[in-house]
Amino acid sequence: MDDLIIGGEKFSSRLIMGTGGAPSLEVLDAALAASGTELTTVAMRRLDPSARGSVLDVLRARGIKVLPNTAGCFTAGEAVLTARLAREALETDWVKLEVISDERTLLPDPIETFDAAERLVADGFTVLPYIGDDPALARRLEQAGCAAVMPLGAPIGSGLGIRNPHNIELIVEAAGVPVILDAGIGTASDAALAMELGCDAVLLATAVTRAQRPELMAEAMRSAVRAGRAARLAGRIPRRRYAEASSPMNP
Amino acid sequence: MPPTAVPASPRSPSPGTPYDLLLIGGGVIGLSAAWRAARRGLRVAVADPAPASAAAASHAAAGMLAPVSEVTYTEEPLLRLGLASLARWPAFAAELAADSGHDLDYRAEGTLEVAFGSDDLAVLDELAAFMRKLELPVERLTGRECRRLEPMLAPAVRGGLLAPGDAWVDPRRVTRALLAALERRGVTLIPARVAGLERSGEAVTGVRLAPDGGSPDGGSPDGGSPDGGVVRARRTVLAAGAWSGAMEGLPPEVLPPVRPVKGQIMRLRSPEPILRRCVRGSVHGSYVYLVPRGDGELVLGATQEELGFDTRVTAGGLWELLRDARELVPGVTELEVADVVAGLRPGTPDNLPLIGPTVLPGLSLATGHHRGGVLLAPLTAALLTGEAGDDEGEGLAALCSPLRFHENPRVGENA
Repeated sequence: MDDLIIGGEKFSSRLIMGTGGAPSLEVLDAALAASGTELTTVAMRRLDPSARGSVLDVLRARGIKVLPNTAGCFTAGEAVLTARLAREALETDWVKLEVISDERTLLPDPIETFDAAERLVADGFTVLPYIGDDPALARRLEQAGCAAVMPLGAPIGSGLGIRNPHNIELIVEAAGVPVILDAGIGTASDAALAMELGCDAVLLATAVTRAQRPELMAEAMRSAVRAGRAARLAGRIPRRRYAEASSPMNP
Repeated sequence: MPPTAVPASPRSPSPGTPYDLLLIGGGVIGLSAAWRAARRGLRVAVADPAPASAAAASHAAAGMLAPVSEVTYTEEPLLRLGLASLARWPAFAAELAADSGHDLDYRAEGTLEVAFGSDDLAVLDELAAFMRKLELPVERLTGRECRRLEPMLAPAVRGGLLAPGDAWVDPRRVTRALLAALERRGVTLIPARVAGLERSGEAVTGVRLAPDGGSPDGGSPDGGSPDGGVVRARRTVLAAGAWSGAMEGLPPEVLPPVRPVKGQIMRLRSPEPILRRCVRGSVHGSYVYLVPRGDGELVLGATQEELGFDTRVTAGGLWELLRDARELVPGVTELEVADVVAGLRPGTPDNLPLIGPTVLPGLSLATGHHRGGVLLAPLTAALLTGEAGDDEGEGLAALCSPLRFHENPRVGENA
């Protein structure tokens, strides 16, 4: 399968994981291993990067690149501060930028997100912003210098799948940077659909960590992302109104 | 040896005689094990600069003995331990009350788990199905049925699950009672920090105390050499909670993979209890519990934060507790704030405790109890003292074996 390239870095897995919601570090570790992920995002609020035995140690032990995120921030100011603390602590200038507008929906605030993205790009960060499924905003963030765009399929943790596949296609069509479907994945077919729509990668956490058998669901997601990518590359057949015999009627 | 009402000999027969059992750590685990061992006639000592102090996780803990309502996917082994220990609690509480003369506020009226919104209700129903599969005795209630049991619940509560077998206790009363019982049983408290282990070859023969640690009554610690601050014991048990992973002088293959998991918790007070039983609830996906005491105290908890050895109480932590508790029980905002505190749970990679012998002869562990130290204290003490010697005990001991991380190395080792 072809490599994923974000900010000049190559990944052979197109499944990006989150760590939130895992019942224990051991369950998380097994799920990450089964997912085959090479890039995993970690919320930096309420995490001490220097503490021994934390989730960061799990990632380090598996050689998974850490993508710090700004989950829980409501303003550009908080997000920029959190990103800078993460850069200092983890020695990475990558950040998944997440600025939410309210606690009920956890939907991203487009204005604060754009504001923070501009400031972080100017500060030398590799910025991957979490956004709504808005093609116009995605284009503006790319123009502002973001390394990828991460539109949601549905609200975080909702497992509602991809509510507006058409918008995701529009974002993919226009994008010159990788498009990562982030949030809303409930089960394997959602992840496969994201890849069939042309997304370059899928980011998910809850669908795996809160599954009854997280390790098995992680394996399912890994297969789904691969299958979806392969289907996208292979090219689907046109949809037809009527049947077309697959074996020739006439010799 | 059967449990006996006769106290063990309160003072050592001769200076320098090793203790039968030495506990490093005077939290609920160390004190419980010391008490059970002393009841069985062993000579026991506990080393801790301040036993049962505010530093112990049990000081912050709410004291829910709720293995049924806290069960989650992937954690059936923890459920088995919790149920086994819950079954030991009534006798443990009765004997401790008798030995100490203290009331523990032990209550067994069950836990009511409630759901606030329709999403929370869907999760609750899925959980109920999981509990039925595990053959756990729970009862699914409507919102109105929940409010008949607990009239102070918000009308917006959509439904609930009653786990009638769950219980709770006041952990601060438990540790105070344990200290009183230990004194009556002649257990030596060594108010000093342990600087390291004493070894004779592979075997652990006791501990070395920190220089400025002092010793009881200004004399040398019972069983120790008079000059060196050394305490000798046939068996030493590391029960230092979140600090167990930072113990100096342990070889890497013995150092327990324990990390501190911060929990902020709040104690409110009202003239009369406003709840009859423990209420756990999910409010828009965020969990909170309310634990009532007989004296009108109401405990709200708890955050789970991976911040190392940080025990600062934060505005955000308390706000989240109050925000969710107020959704479930609006009346909490009228109560007096009695206490806010942050404790450090000893977390392990698989959320199961580490109890039993290590590869070093003479050294055992009793740590890593994470959120379940109070619940698991009776079982832990029984496993350490051999009271749980039956077939079931062996199965449970295997689940908790400290050797499991070293036979099959996985997470938390190369930290």
